[in-house]
Parts: sequence; C-alpha cells; structure tokens
Amino acid sequence: MVLRELTALELGAAIKKGEVSVKEAAQAALDSLSAQDKALNAFITVTGEQALDRAEKLQDGAKDAQSPLYGVPMAIKDNICTRGVKTSCASKILGDFAPPYDATVAGKLANAGAVSLGKLNMDEFAMGSTSETSFYGPVKNPWALDRVPGGSSGGAAAAVAAGIGWYAIGSDTGGSIRQPASYCGVTGMKPTYGTVSRYGLIAYASSLDQIGPLGRDAADCAAILDVLQGRDPKDGTSLDGQYGTLLNGLTGDVRGLKIGLPVDCYGDGLDEEVKAAVLAVADVLKARGAEVVELPFPVMEYVVPAYYIIAAAEASSNLSRFDGVKYGWRAQEYEGLHDLYCKTRTQGFGSEVKQRILLGTFALSSGYYDAYYRKALQVKAVIKDAFDKAFQQCGLLLTPVAPTTAPKLGESLCDPLQMYLSDVYTVPVNLAGLPGLSMPCGFDSKGLPIGAQLIGPHFGEGTLLNAAHGFQSDTGYHKRRPGENVRRDAHRASLQKGGEPA
Amino acid sequence: MNINTEMVDYIAELSRLELQTGEKQAMTAQLEQIIAYMDVLSKLDTKDVEPMSHVFPVKNVLREDEVEPSQDRAELLAGAPVPNGEAFLVPKAVD
Amino acid sequence: MTWETVIGLETHVELSTRTKIFCSCTTQFGGGPNTHCCPVCTGMPGTLPVLNKKVLEFAVKAGLALNCEITRYSKFDRKNYFYPDLPKAYQISQLYLPIARNGAVPIHTAAGEKTIRIHELHMEEDAGKLVHDPWIDQTRADYNRCGVPLIEIVTEPDFRTAGEVIAYLEKLKETLMYLGVSDCKMQEGSLRCDVNLSVRPMGTGELGTRTEMKNLNSFKAIARAISYEAKRQIELIEEGKRVVQETRRWDENKDATYAMRSKENAQDYRYFPEPDLPPIELSEQYLEDLRAAQPELAEAKRARYQADYGLPEYDSQMITSDSMLARFFEDLVALGTPPKQGANWIMGEVLGALSARAIEPRAMKLTAPTLARLISLVGEGRLNRNTAVKVFEAIFDTDADVDTYVKEHSLEQVNDDGLVRAVCAKVLEANLQSVADYKGGREKAFGFLVGQVMRELKGKANPQSVNAILKELLTQ
Repeated sequence: MVLRELTALELGAAIKKGEVSVKEAAQAALDSLSAQDKALNAFITVTGEQALDRAEKLQDGAKDAQSPLYGVPMAIKDNICTRGVKTSCASKILGDFAPPYDATVAGKLANAGAVSLGKLNMDEFAMGSTSETSFYGPVKNPWALDRVPGGSSGGAAAAVAAGIGWYAIGSDTGGSIRQPASYCGVTGMKPTYGTVSRYGLIAYASSLDQIGPLGRDAADCAAILDVLQGRDPKDGTSLDGQYGTLLNGLTGDVRGLKIGLPVDCYGDGLDEEVKAAVLAVADVLKARGAEVVELPFPVMEYVVPAYYIIAAAEASSNLSRFDGVKYGWRAQEYEGLHDLYCKTRTQGFGSEVKQRILLGTFALSSGYYDAYYRKALQVKAVIKDAFDKAFQQCGLLLTPVAPTTAPKLGESLCDPLQMYLSDVYTVPVNLAGLPGLSMPCGFDSKGLPIGAQLIGPHFGEGTLLNAAHGFQSDTGYHKRRPGENVRRDAHRASLQKGGEPA
Repeated sequence: MNINTEMVDYIAELSRLELQTGEKQAMTAQLEQIIAYMDVLSKLDTKDVEPMSHVFPVKNVLREDEVEPSQDRAELLAGAPVPNGEAFLVPKAVD
Repeated sequence: MTWETVIGLETHVELSTRTKIFCSCTTQFGGGPNTHCCPVCTGMPGTLPVLNKKVLEFAVKAGLALNCEITRYSKFDRKNYFYPDLPKAYQISQLYLPIARNGAVPIHTAAGEKTIRIHELHMEEDAGKLVHDPWIDQTRADYNRCGVPLIEIVTEPDFRTAGEVIAYLEKLKETLMYLGVSDCKMQEGSLRCDVNLSVRPMGTGELGTRTEMKNLNSFKAIARAISYEAKRQIELIEEGKRVVQETRRWDENKDATYAMRSKENAQDYRYFPEPDLPPIELSEQYLEDLRAAQPELAEAKRARYQADYGLPEYDSQMITSDSMLARFFEDLVALGTPPKQGANWIMGEVLGALSARAIEPRAMKLTAPTLARLISLVGEGRLNRNTAVKVFEAIFDTDADVDTYVKEHSLEQVNDDGLVRAVCAKVLEANLQSVADYKGGREKAFGFLVGQVMRELKGKANPQSVNAILKELLTQ
C-alpha cells in the first residue's frame, strides 16, 4: 500500500482495520515533510516528536475508533491556537507566543483522533492571497516552485497537495481556503459563517473569518467538517449547521439540482483556460442529471471594495491588542509607553498588515465612518440580497475561484489593488456568510491546477459536497499529485492527459 | 477622496504605527489609490438599506452567571515579553 | 455677573453578578494580581466574548427602575484606544443602541423637588488596574477587574448645584441597592462618577464649554471638585480667557483639578458594531416578567410604612435607608410583631449593635424570626424589656434560639403576683426610712424601693406589677 496515494478516509479505514499503524502513518508524513518542506516552506512549526508520541498513544483505540479520521496525520494553520505550541500568525509580532489554551477546533480534532504534524505557514495575519507576506518566508507551490500556492492558507494547501499529512485546517476570510486550494489542486471548503467555532482563531476580520478543511477530495472535506462543525458556547456567533452528518449524505446524486451560472462572474479579466475548465464542470454535472441556468449577479463591481473596507476596519481593531505588553514580541528600544506601542507595532508588523490597519483605521475614523464603513455594511446587505435572489432560482452557483492560475512569486505584491481584485469571486461568499467549496477542475497549459467554486445557500454544505463528490466520481483532477521533486518539464508530459474523466 | 500625508500621520498615530518619510509617501500613494477604488461604492444607492453588521438573525446568545475556575496565573503570564510573576509590566502609565 | 453652573453626570456602576460580563471568571473584589483572569479577559488572541445573562437582566432592571425606555433591539460596539489597562485595546460598550434611554429620576433637595433626565444607560466592561511600582519604575497591569460588568448611566446636563448631584447619587445608589444589582461601594470603586461641568451667565440658554472630571471617589470629593471647578471656570472667563474642553483629574490631596495629558485627550474612538456579539432582542414577555419581578423601591416603602403601619416619617426613613433593614422590618411585621415595636427595636438595638460592630446590615447574623420571638416574649409579659435587651446583645452575633437562651439563663419574668407581693412586703419592712421618706413626699425613695424589689427578684419581675403592688402596700 502506498500511503500517500490514499485519501484521509481511506487511510483512516486502513488504520481501523489494522493494516497500517498510526505511527507508520505519522512517520510517513514526517518523512514526506523532511523530504519536501525545505523547498516548500509550508510549515512554521513542526511537532514531530509530539506527533509520534501521540500516534503511539492513539494506537490502542484504533480498532474501536468512532471517527473515520482516527489516527490520520494532519496539520493546522498557524492562526489557530494550540495550547503550548507556538502560534505565530506568521508574524514577527507574536514572537514565540504559545497560547495558554486550545482553539475549540483543536480540541475537537484531538477528540476525533487527529495527529497534528505542526503549524502551517500563511500570509501574515491571513492578510494576503499568496502566502508571501509571512515573516517566515514565502510558501512555494508544489506544482511549480517558482509560483505562489495562493493564500492566505498557502501552507495548508501546499502541504495537502504535496502529501505532507492527509488534510489541513485553514481559515477563510475572503477566499483564504478556496483560492490556495484552487492554486494547489486540492479540495477546500469555507463553511457557512458560524457553523464552525471561531474560538481560538486569531481574528483577522471577525464577521468574515471562518475555519474550514482542505483535503484531497470532497469526501475527506465532509468527514473533516463533521468533526469541526457545531455550536460552541464559547463563540456567541456560532450555530448548529442543521445539516447532520455530511459524510453519510454523499451520494453524488445531483438529479434535479439547478446549477446557476452568474453571468457577471464570467466576464472581463477571467483567463480563458480557467473559464473553459470551470464551465466544463457544468457539463459534467449536467451529464449526471443536474440542470444549468444562467442568471444575473449585478453586484460584482462592489464586492471587493466592500470586502476590503469591512475586513480592514475589523482588522485594525482586532490587531490593536498586539502591543508588546501581554505576549509576543516587544521592540528592543523605546522611550515610554507610547513609544513602546509604536516601535513594537511598527517593527513587529509587515507592510501589508500595516497598510490594512491604516486603511481600516481610516474607514472607522471620525468623519469617514459613514462614507466608508457604514456604506460597506449597506453594500454587504445588498450583496446578501443578490445571493438570496439567486438562490430562489437555483440550488448552487458555479463560478471560478480565481481569475487565473497561480502567479509567479513576487508578481502580485507590487500591485496590491490587482491582488485585491483577484479575490473578486471568493469575497462575496464571506460577505454573505455562505458556504463555498473549491475543487480541482482542470489544468492550464502551464500544467497548473484550476479550481471551480461552488457556492451554496446558508447551510447548503451538503448540496455543495454532494455535487463536488458527484463531479469527482466522474473526473480525476483531484487525484493528480505534483511530483515529489517538482520539475515542470517532467510534469508537462504527464499533464497532457489530465482532465479526462476517470 | 484626497489622501495627504497629514491624514496618513493622523491615522498612523491612531494605529500606533510610525512611518519613515519614504515609507509614508509610498503608503499615502497606495492608500490614495485604494481608497479611490473604494469610492466606487458611492455609485450604489443604499439610501433605504439597513447596514448589516451581522449576516445572521442570531440573537440573544447568553451565558449563565456561573463561576468557572480562572486560569493558572503562571500560564497566563508565561508569554509576557517582560517576565514577572504577578503582573504584566509596562513603562510608567499612571499619571 | 451671576453665573450658573451646569452639570451632567456619567456614573459607572459595577454590577454584582457572580461572573464577569464576557467570561466565567469571578468578579470578587481583591485576590492576588491576575488571579481572577482567563484568556478571554486578558485579551489573548483568538478569544471571544459571550454575554452574561445576568448582566442583561440587571441592566434592564436598572433601566426600568430609572424610568427609562428599554431598547428592544440593542447591540454592542467596540470603543478603540490603546492603554495598558485595556488588554484588547478596545472596550466592548454600547454606543449606537444602548440598552435603555430617556429616563427620569425625581430628587428632593432643600430647594424642593426636581427631575433629572437620564440620557441613556448602557452596558460595558470594566478595565484593569494599573499600579506604578517605583522600585522598578514600571507599571504593573492587573486584569482582575478587567471584564467586570458595568452599567454607565448618563444624565442630561440637568444639575445646577452640588447638592442636586449628591441627592441624585444618593437616590441612584438607594435604587440600585434595592434592586440588588450593585453594592454601590464607592471606596471599592463599584460606583464611580465623572462630572461634566460648564458655567454660563445666569439666564442664558446656551451651554458653555465643559470639562470632564475623573477620579472622584466620594460624595465629598464630588462636592468639592464641583465647587473648585466652577470657580476655576468662572475666574478664567472673568479674566477674559477661554475654558478648554478637556478631561481633568481631581486630586484629593491638593483639593484641585488639573488637566490630564493632552495625548490622552485627543481621542477618536472609532466605534463600530462588535462583530463577535450577536444583537439582543427583548420580547415584551421578557420585559413584562422583569417589571413584575421589580422589587418595591425605598420611596414606595416609605409611603406604605406610613400609610399602612402608621410609622412616623422619621422611622420609615431610617428603616428604608438600607434595603436589608427594610426587608428585616417587613419580615418582623409578617411574623406578627407590632410595626412600631419592630421599628423601635431596629432603630435602637439593631442599628446600635451594627454600628458598635461596624458591620453592614447584609452581614448581620440575627434573623427576623429570632428578634420577633424576643419581642413577642416581652409582649406576653414573659421577659421584661431590660432583660430582653440583654438577651438581644447576647444572641445578636449568633442568632441563638431565644427560648433556649432564656431558659438556660433562667431569665423568664416572675409573673407570680403572690411572690412579688411577698418580696415587696419584705423590702418595705427592711427599709423603713425610705418608706418614711416616700410618705414624706420624696418621690425618689420610691425608685429606690422598686430597685430593691427587682434586685431581690434578679431583675425578672415585671416592673409594672412591682410598681402597682408597692404603691398599693404603701397606701395601706
């Protein structure tokens, strides 16, 4: 059995049957990590010894495990608090901060028998679409080391794509799970706002942040979401998903499902290869009995500005607590309290973070609140309304995840506005609190993965995962893996065949 | 919306950030560009739209008034940049 | 020129819930620094607030008692500023939709009756405590108080004198204590007051530039700060200078206010709706239930004590000065104690014993059934009042059983008229001189003879019957 070819669920089943020990699985993941992570830089902290210890302890319970993911090695994005394990948000300002508590999801994963390999690299404070703003250096895309993996959950997507661990837990504020999943050819999901507890997720934009899974296919994501979901008394904005067990609902049956194609999402700025691959998803699902309808979605022009104002405003407040007093890093030299704050924050935050803090402070400041922040909240209501109307006509929406495939390292940061605009398909989903799924649907001529996004109504997780499962039953894109040693030329030949139905 | 360096100074002070002269100019230009782009929102008529701070009609999420043990102090203070067994330390902050 | 002082108050009151407003840490006063803390109230990254049910209830109760309109759809907002006593660098408060608005508090002063309008009442979290340590020249931040629930009650600028301010604060304190929502201890900081003050020429309608005074820890400090600050502003204007809108700190020792550093004055709090807390929507039923459960407040009690029990105004005032005393009194009456007798015992013995021990009524051990029993023994003629007072002193700290105590110490009054008559006769025989004195017109001698009888009977006789029998024997 080649472990790295298994999905998380397949590995979980093999562990339960005793065909693979928990420790073997953990060791295999750690081997893969040491072989590849120097090049990928997907991890900030590796907890190898702890993983092996835990694997040993878990072995006894494997036979009677309730969770289908029991014993499966995985990793967690570095903005999710893990007790006693460094949680840095990829920022200098958090230093070696080891939280005195576990995020709710960390506790849930531990109860489900997860074996954590460590903490995943990301854009600093999840602000970015490329995972280049990390204080710990950029993450590389396993499909092409000179390209970005997307962001901000770039470490998570790169690790899953490279077969370092079988799944990862990321967070998504404006596309931070879906877009890197798309760039790295894995399946990722941002659940309905509130259905996964945010307690312990270091906030970027509280009203938009949501934790979710990145896995090898829709079934893995369903199983992970089954573990993560549920109301948490520690998170007042959390609620029960009301969708029961997702994994059990996966039939792949999409007969009668109406799939909406928002025409405004297929216009200018969208790469032709991406467009073709995404539209081909509709054909596959149609062949399985779904109906496809085109519908207007006339608010696309406003989604990025509204998103950035709200996200930056909340971030400016959420990130104020990093001041060099209670935890993390403090500037070496300062004179008095005010200077301590200024020096610590100026030297501790990277420039993208500082820019968003300034933008957010501006949007909330006296005299500008109404024109920017309040206006953005009104536009948010308009966007939600547009989605409500769309879902009166269809069961889910199919759009691209990003206008292009993964750009080269360093290309995006020089033009922040361009980078913001590349989030146009993902941010409206967060504004409306909807579930969104990203799945591989093809490869471009450079051999880079293309992702399709499925958007559902609130609590429509089951519909999304089922449609994705149906698509993945008929196609093989999600099974494709980058080579251990990425050599684009070597790849290209094998990629030509990709995309044909399996 | 016209963003000048004075404006940037003001919001930087509110944010407790210091910008070097060169950095300030670049930041001003970038913010100006971004905020100009944000101004597209003013095109949309939202006169009768209620601002939406919470996307869900979730309300009245309340906790019972029951004491739970506090956290071990040593653990809470463990990450403080200036070690001290009892409190977080800062430069003189009392008038 | 005559000047008028215009004052508005912002009063912060700590609510006496068991736990903090957004986490389950205790609100107990004291404790070692940072021992009543958790990741939530120390602002650890990733933590989230969850509202304490009791805080909402207490805030609504206070709003109702202050005759406010309760906001049916209310929200929390963040107030952003950097200071080390605020670990998140924002305070969760209510700006846009406070829980209660437009209230009214009637006050009585020597000058008469007046109504103070309440602008709003909102919920918020308290900040931590900063203590400067000169030895290490560092300030210590202690977050025990961080997250203790507060209501802030903001009045309209309706006060004209310090007397009105004090009358309002006394009324506020009494009301909140009766509601049981706060203990209002100024010395522990559970009631704190910021005073906004401006002056204007008498008769003008426009408000002058105001200053805000902080750090006022007693009624005395408030009264002095008001008179100091009004004088300071009037002098400034009369010298042709301007009053600057600023925050000023009252220095108790120097008896003066002075401006706080301007950096802390220049504020732009960037309030916005708190995304981590869902809104609060109160049903009519919820409000109805709380209205129905509202306790009778001091004012109503005073009126009722006078009307129903015939107590003098003075007595009603004394008894309602503390909600626990009032409850004690009502319990006595419910147990059959004649109201005036109950009032006398409370105003005399109970308050005396409390003040001798320097304890609050709420800390009193003695229960109403015990005192009621004691009073009834006196009424039944089984204890005389002097003995009863001694019993009271003996059991006040323990709430011991009255009957057992009386029995064990053989204190029951001697009601055997034959015995009393015999002792009286014996005393008269032994004190012929006093008998002669009495008969010769010296009333004082009678008191001496009563004393002798009581002594013989170890004080257990009913003084009235001793009087009667002695008189009878002496006129024979």
